[in-house]
Amino acid sequence: MSAAAASFLAGSRQLLRNPAVLMGAAILVLVVMAALLAPLVAPYAPNKLSIANKLQSPSLLHPFGTDEFGRDILSRAIFAGRVSLMVSLGVVALSTVLGVILGVAAGFFKSLDAPISRLLDAMMSFPDILLAIALVAALGPSLTTVIIALGITYAPRLARIVRGSTLVLREMPYIEAAITLGLPTWQVLVRHLLLNLASPILVQATFVFASAMLAEASLSFLGVGVSTDMPTWGTMLASGREYMNSAPWLMVFPGLAIVASVLSLQLLGDGLRDLVDPRLTKER
Amino acid sequence: MNEPILSVQNLTTAFRTSEGWREVVRDISFDIHAGETLAVVGESGSGKSVTALSAMRLLPKDKARSTGRILLEGRDLLTLPEHQMRAVRGGRIGMIFQEPMTSLNPVFTIGNQLAEALVLHRDMSWKQAEAEALRLMERVRIPSAGTRLHEYPHKFSGGMRQRVMIAMALACKPRLLIADEPTTALDVTIQAEILSLIAELQREENMAVLFITHDMGVVAEVADRTVVMYRGDMIETGDTPQLFAAPGQPYTRALLASIPRLGAMAGSVTPRRFPQVDAATGVATEGAQLPPPPSATQPVVKVSNLSIRFDLPQGRVHAVEDVSFDLHPGETLALVGESGCGKSTTGRAIMRLNTPSAGEILVGGQNVAKARPAELRALRRSAQMIFQDPFASLNPRISVGAAILEPILTHGLLPKPAARERVSQLLEQVGLSPDMATRFPHEFSGGQRQRISIARALALDPQFIVADEAVSALDVSVKAQVSNLLMDLQAQRGLAYLFISHDMSVVERISHRVAVMYFGEIVEIGPRAAIFGNAQHPYTRRLIAAVPVPDPAQRGTRPAPPAVEPRSPIRPLDYVPPKRRYREITPGHFVMDEAAA
Repeated sequence: MSAAAASFLAGSRQLLRNPAVLMGAAILVLVVMAALLAPLVAPYAPNKLSIANKLQSPSLLHPFGTDEFGRDILSRAIFAGRVSLMVSLGVVALSTVLGVILGVAAGFFKSLDAPISRLLDAMMSFPDILLAIALVAALGPSLTTVIIALGITYAPRLARIVRGSTLVLREMPYIEAAITLGLPTWQVLVRHLLLNLASPILVQATFVFASAMLAEASLSFLGVGVSTDMPTWGTMLASGREYMNSAPWLMVFPGLAIVASVLSLQLLGDGLRDLVDPRLTKER
Repeated sequence: MNEPILSVQNLTTAFRTSEGWREVVRDISFDIHAGETLAVVGESGSGKSVTALSAMRLLPKDKARSTGRILLEGRDLLTLPEHQMRAVRGGRIGMIFQEPMTSLNPVFTIGNQLAEALVLHRDMSWKQAEAEALRLMERVRIPSAGTRLHEYPHKFSGGMRQRVMIAMALACKPRLLIADEPTTALDVTIQAEILSLIAELQREENMAVLFITHDMGVVAEVADRTVVMYRGDMIETGDTPQLFAAPGQPYTRALLASIPRLGAMAGSVTPRRFPQVDAATGVATEGAQLPPPPSATQPVVKVSNLSIRFDLPQGRVHAVEDVSFDLHPGETLALVGESGCGKSTTGRAIMRLNTPSAGEILVGGQNVAKARPAELRALRRSAQMIFQDPFASLNPRISVGAAILEPILTHGLLPKPAARERVSQLLEQVGLSPDMATRFPHEFSGGQRQRISIARALALDPQFIVADEAVSALDVSVKAQVSNLLMDLQAQRGLAYLFISHDMSVVERISHRVAVMYFGEIVEIGPRAAIFGNAQHPYTRRLIAAVPVPDPAQRGTRPAPPAVEPRSPIRPLDYVPPKRRYREITPGHFVMDEAAA
């Protein structure tokens, strides 16, 4: 086994010894599995109407209750998880790609630093959700536009981290050695710089993942997200609002799903951050 | 004899690791009396700093534990409650550390920080404390202390900051001063100032001093008695002159034999390898003389009138000013001087890691600054660089073999199987085993990493290598081995080195010619024997005189250097440097004309 793999395994073992991380990982696995296997694990079809059973409180037949059209909330919540996870994954992927490109460009090439950094400042001066709403409004609401809008919104967070780390790494002798060895610039950037940026990017990405999940729910709740016939935790919250007093389970269960998923990601991100903190790794 | 100030008895300190407790210091015992200096000397990882930190109880309680007894004036520090220990630190024991640049708080004035300690430990009013702070600044010989008291740390040079740190350590009239590598981060002329200051203050206060260092030259200068440590064990202890004259243990003999001694090269024309020391017996055999370089044809590197300036908000730094030199195949030119003199900036300009403001650099006849991409790639093949910090010059995520392989493949020098073969050869050439190729940098020691960096630099088969403080961070025995490797490779391959260093005794061994830089300018350049044997410029003389002599018998034969506040390297934007003239003393030996300066 290579040394890198060995140290990675040792790191993972250390990570899982932390009970908070273990809990986060367990919840996340549960949510992801449920979403992936939704047609198998959901007791009902998510859009199956049954007016006779509308607004039933949680029971053995419907553990999470039913909504105003008699749809099973547990099944809807499971299927909604697919959309939420897909959106979040897409947002993380897009914002990471954008953030890494902008951050490395700003950190490595001095002449690009000022324009890119001012652009990032401008983007970050808008509240996240406002910027996302504006972008969705401009592009028209759909699953793709939500991903694009949130991806752009969260890109500056990653770009900032990447730029800072790049500024530090650029001065490292091993980067200068790579330059003096005559390696092409792309090779210096990809093999020598990005490889060493992986840890901070990974950590930040978990936080973006959590924020994206929350933001998607907010957009759907506000009615500017994905279309309403596609269940997401946000749309479920939005439509349950009218029945908040008479049938609180319409909001409680999608809300809990959001809380659990976001919490699990935050716990995982915290653990990852502790793991890659050099001050902590030294003592291992 | 009266009671010792500090008596360490059977001290053992262990650190908690994932495999349980590991002893890093084993069964150490020594006494220090008033007015006495005890040096604890050893290479990195020998446990010398841990010994001092244990005495101060500065190690984290949950990660380290000490057994034995540490008696300060009869009181056992290991059993003292924490609140009493706080009074001991800074009160009965003063401590100075290696890094003066980071040990002062940048947002308070020097006077403020000094006075704070006095108010805290000696129950003074702020007014009294400020007066006392002034007195302390004068005691550590800081020029114009009255005005400097109200200045912030950033206006103080490294040497002046270390003086402030000493003043702070002395503020409460400690009985014991612990100095942990207090001069390691300082230039050699500043080191001489600080060492003589500590010695003077010790005489005046009749303090005991525990001096921790890796430098046998410093030990010879300051210590009455010496403890030699190796991997956590106390190998040998004794009076310093005796220890130097007749070391009892092979390790001590080996340590003493591997110290580069200034003046060891008198009468030798070409560089000579460092003595080979047998680790088992400690017996040294003098190193072989290197053959002279091939008679010069075309220079590999030609630097003409190079100037590099940086603009700062406060003005302009003339980092390199009108520097010219040639470097011939098979030759080592040492670029020496103190930190900030522009020697590294010059080396980096040759590698095109920064941009000259004026002047021309030719490598193999090719202008470095004007090279187009294809030409630059060719240049990169012929010129390589080795960096100072062996822990930062290798990418931690890339295996050693891949790091050496990468440039060979990128430049298309060999097909992959042949390139792998080449990596094995290179590793063997630098004294490592080919099966180490799959390992990662963190699995190697500092010296091994530096060998790997050398192998990587050789991968492109260059004609010329910039070695920027390439052996400065290494332990003394490893330093000699790596220097020998560089000399062997030069003899085999006809390599030219630009050897950038502040370490005069290594420079004397390794170089054919020496250029001395001071504030961005070359003040003297010439054959090695001329520079070391017949130095003309006052700065060169000062630099050579400041090197500690690893011979206790010669202690005190040199006058104490004055406290010189270095002038600021920042000039106004409209400053035009004067045109310098050089006098030729003997053929090839030029010195800057002081009349023109």
